[in-house]
Amino acid sequence: MSAETRTGGYQVVGTRPIRHDALDKVTGRALYGADVHLPGTVYGKVARSPHAHAIIRSIDTREAEAMPGVLAVITAKDLPSLTDKLAQLGESVVNLRDLSANVLAPKKVLYHGHPVAAVCAVSTHVAEEAVKRIQVDYEVLPAVLDVLEAMKEGSPLLHQDLKTHSMGKTAEKPSNVASHFQWKLGDVEKGFAKAEVVVERSFRTATVHQGYIEPHNTTARWNPDGSVTIWCSTQGPFAIRSQLSEVLKLPVSKIKVIPMEIGGGFGAKFPLYVHPLAAVLAKKVGRPVKMTLSRVEELLATGPAPGSYLWAKMGATRDGRLVAAQAKLVYEAGAYPGSAVGAGGLCIFSPYHIENTLIDGYDVVVNKARSSAYRAPGATNAAFASETLIDEICEKLKMDPIEFRLKNAAKEGDPRADGPKHPKIGCRETMEAARNHPHYRSALGGKFRGRGVASGFWINGGGQSSAVANVMSDGTVSLIEGSPDIGGTRTTAAMQIAEVLGLRAEEVNPMVVDTDTIGYTDGTGGSRTTFATGLAAIEAGRDILCQMKERAAKLFELPVEDVEHADGEFRNRKDPKKTLTFKAIAEQMGQTGGPIVGRATVQPGGVGPAFATHVVDVEVDPDTGKVTILRYTAVQDAGKAIHPSYVEGQMQGGVVQGIGWALNEEFIYDEQGRMLNSSFLDYRMPTALDLPMIDTVIVEVPNPGHPYGVRGVGEVPIVPPPAALANAIYHAIGVRIPDLPMSPRRILEALGKA
Amino acid sequence: MSKKIHVHTRINGEEVEFLCEPRQSLLEVLRDELGLTGAKEGCNNGNCGACNVVLDDRLVNSCLVLAVEVEGHEVTTVEGVASSKGLHPIQQKFLEHAALQCGVCTPGFIVAAKALLDRNPKPTEHQVRHWLAGNLCRCTGYDKIVRAVLDASACGSPGQK
Repeated sequence: MSAETRTGGYQVVGTRPIRHDALDKVTGRALYGADVHLPGTVYGKVARSPHAHAIIRSIDTREAEAMPGVLAVITAKDLPSLTDKLAQLGESVVNLRDLSANVLAPKKVLYHGHPVAAVCAVSTHVAEEAVKRIQVDYEVLPAVLDVLEAMKEGSPLLHQDLKTHSMGKTAEKPSNVASHFQWKLGDVEKGFAKAEVVVERSFRTATVHQGYIEPHNTTARWNPDGSVTIWCSTQGPFAIRSQLSEVLKLPVSKIKVIPMEIGGGFGAKFPLYVHPLAAVLAKKVGRPVKMTLSRVEELLATGPAPGSYLWAKMGATRDGRLVAAQAKLVYEAGAYPGSAVGAGGLCIFSPYHIENTLIDGYDVVVNKARSSAYRAPGATNAAFASETLIDEICEKLKMDPIEFRLKNAAKEGDPRADGPKHPKIGCRETMEAARNHPHYRSALGGKFRGRGVASGFWINGGGQSSAVANVMSDGTVSLIEGSPDIGGTRTTAAMQIAEVLGLRAEEVNPMVVDTDTIGYTDGTGGSRTTFATGLAAIEAGRDILCQMKERAAKLFELPVEDVEHADGEFRNRKDPKKTLTFKAIAEQMGQTGGPIVGRATVQPGGVGPAFATHVVDVEVDPDTGKVTILRYTAVQDAGKAIHPSYVEGQMQGGVVQGIGWALNEEFIYDEQGRMLNSSFLDYRMPTALDLPMIDTVIVEVPNPGHPYGVRGVGEVPIVPPPAALANAIYHAIGVRIPDLPMSPRRILEALGKA
Repeated sequence: MSKKIHVHTRINGEEVEFLCEPRQSLLEVLRDELGLTGAKEGCNNGNCGACNVVLDDRLVNSCLVLAVEVEGHEVTTVEGVASSKGLHPIQQKFLEHAALQCGVCTPGFIVAAKALLDRNPKPTEHQVRHWLAGNLCRCTGYDKIVRAVLDASACGSPGQK
C-alpha cells in the first residue's frame, strides 16, 4: 500500500481496522435489496417503449390481464396526476410531473425503454411474458439524440411546453434547451488580449452509465392501515421517501423506506424508478410486490451520465500564467431537464486562479433516458476539455505540465468562476506530490508511449445527518445512522465516534436503519457521508461524554466540573489517581441514572472541496488502436483520511471508472434512437485484465470545517482520468483526440488507418 | 405454466432436492427457492460473474446454467466457502486488504478466486487478472482484490473444497 499512514496523534482515526460489515459481505450473508423475500411475494415487470420518441395512442392490456398467473396491470392513469412543481430531492431539483412521467409515460414516450405499463404476476417469468402481450399503439415521431441538433430551430421538440430559462428570463417559444446560465469573472476579452498563447477546441463526450453491479430493486408492501413499506437499494432512503410521497400523494409518515445493503450507485441510486410501481401494484393485489430491473433495463432506462458537447478557449502569457478562459458547455439532460451542466461549469476552471473567465452552460433535452448524477456529476466532461487545453498550452510554451499547473494553482481566497471563494484547499499540495512522485520522475522510453497529467476539482457536499449512539452495559456503543453504506462509511462513522470516546473501532457497532428509526439524513452522495454523518457521530460521542462525566461525578461524589476526560478515562481533577474507565461507568449506568444515549443532528457548513492530480503512462498499439495503461498514479487531498484503505479504494475505483469513460464506454444508438449495446458484453466496462495496479498518494491538508479535517473523497478521482489519458495518448501518437471514448476505432482514425 | 421437475443434487456438501420449472436458471433456484442469496444477479447474461458458483470442479455463471442441469452434480456457492473452522484464506485476505466496497460482486470474486487457487495455488498477477476478467467490480478498480488474492496464494490455500 503506497499511501502515507500517519495517525497524527489519533488512536483510531487514520488506522485501518477491518470494516464492520465486511464479514457478512465475504460470506454471502449480507442482504441486498434483491435478497428480500417476504411471504406471499409476487413479482412485477415493466413494459417499455421500443421507440425513442412517440405518442401513445392507446394501450391495450386485456390480453396480458387474461393470462393465467397475471394479477394486475397498471398504466400511467393508475398514478396520481401531478402538477408542474419543483422539489429538492436527493442531489438535485426535480420537477414532480417529470418524475412521475418518467416512472410511467402518460402520453408520450421520450426514450427507448421509457416505461408505459407494469405487470404483476405470480412469477417473474409470467410477468415477463405478460409484458410482451401488452399492445401499445404508437405514433412514432422523429427522435433527436444530439445536443447541438436538439438546440436547432425546427428540431423535433420533446416537450411542447418547455421554454428556455436564461439568466432570469423565460423564452416565449418552446425549445429543447431547458436552461442556460452564464458566469462571468473579470473581462475575458481583455484577458485574451493580454494572452500570448491562446488555444481553443471543441470536444464531445459520449453518454455513459454508472455501471453499478446491482440492478435497481424494490419490494413494496401496502399495509392494511394505508401505509406502505419499501425495501430497496438506495443511496438516499429519505430521498426515496420524499419522492414517493409526492408521486403517490401520501404523507411521509405513511411511508417507511428500509434501505438494504446497496450494490453500488455512484449517484444513480437516488432517483425513483420502479418504487411507486411496486407500491401501486402491491395496493392493487394485496400482496408484497417485488420488482428488479434487468441489466438491459438498467442500461436503457436508468442513469446515465450526460453526454456533452464542449467548447473551451484558454490563454496564457509566455511566462506561463493563465490570464483568460472561456467555455461553452452543452449537456444532455436526457428526456427531462436537469443535467449536471451547472456542476460542470463550476468545476471546469476551478483548480486554477484565472482572473478572467466566462462560462456558458446549456441544459438540453434529447431522446435518451433522463440523466442522473454520476460521481462528481458534470465535472469529468468539463475537465476533459480544460485539462486537454492546458496540456496544449504547456506544449506551446515548452513548460512542464505540473510546473505550469503549480504556477496557476488555486489557493485559499481565490474566487471560483461561479462566485464563491475557495476555502482552505490542497490543490497545490496534490500537484507538488505528483511532481515529486517517483512515477513522474521516472523515464518513459519507447515508441508509441506517452505520459499524461491532469488535475480535477470537486465541490463536495455537506447536507443533513443524524446519529444516535447507545451505550451498552459492557462498555461498547451501538451507532445508529441513516446513511446507506456504499463503501465503508459505517466504519468511518464508527471510527470517528470511537476516537471521541477512547474506544476501539471494533467496540462501536454501527448500523444503518430505516426512515422511521433515525432522524432525517441526506443520502450517501456528494462525498458527504464521512464528513457529515461522521460529524454527527462525533457530536453524538460528545453528547455521551457529557453524560458520562455526570455519572463519573456521581461516582466520585464531586461536582461535574471536577471531572475530566482524557486518554479514554474519566479523571478526578482533585485526585488524578482516581479514574473511571468508560466501561466502568457503562456497567454502572443502572445505578447512576439509567441508560446513556448520545444523539446529534448536524447540518454543517465548512465543507472542504477536493482536488486531485493524476499521472498516467500509456502505450498505444498503432495496428489495433488499443491503449494499454502502463502505470497510473492518483494523488488526492483527503483532508484527513479516516480509514486510508477506503480512501485509496475510492481513488482507485474512481480512476478506473474514469478510464472506462475515457477508453471504452459509450451508449450506441441507431438512427431512430434505439440503444444498440444494452448489455455488459457490449457496454464494455474495465475488467481486472485491462488494468495495472493503481498507485495512490493521499495528501492531507486538513479541512478546518471538520474536527479531524475530513474532506469528501469519493467523487474527485473520476475527474482527471479522461484528460490525463487524452494527454498521454497525444504524447504517444502525436494526435489529439477530442472525443470520448478514445476507443480503438477513434485511435486508428486519428492515425489515419481507419 | 410448465410442469415442475424434481432435481436431486448436492449443494455445499449437503443433499438437496427441489422442484423447478425447466426454464429456471440455477441462480434463480438458489436464490428464490433455496434461500441461498449469496450469489447475486448482476446481468443475468454471463457478463459480470456476480453469480459465480462451482459446479463439480468448474467455475460457472449460475445464471447461464439451468437448474435441471445440476441433477446428480455438486454445487458450491459462496455460502460453502467458509467452514465451521472459520473463513477461507481468500475471505480473510479480502477483509485485511479492504478488497470490497459495496460488496455485491464480492461473493462472485470469492468463489472465482477460490476456484483459481484450487487449480493454481501460486498464480502470477497476470494470471489472477486473467482469471478474474469474468468478474466485474465497479467500485474498487480491482487493485485491492488482486492484492488480496495474491496474498492469499502466498499464505498457501488449505486446499479445502
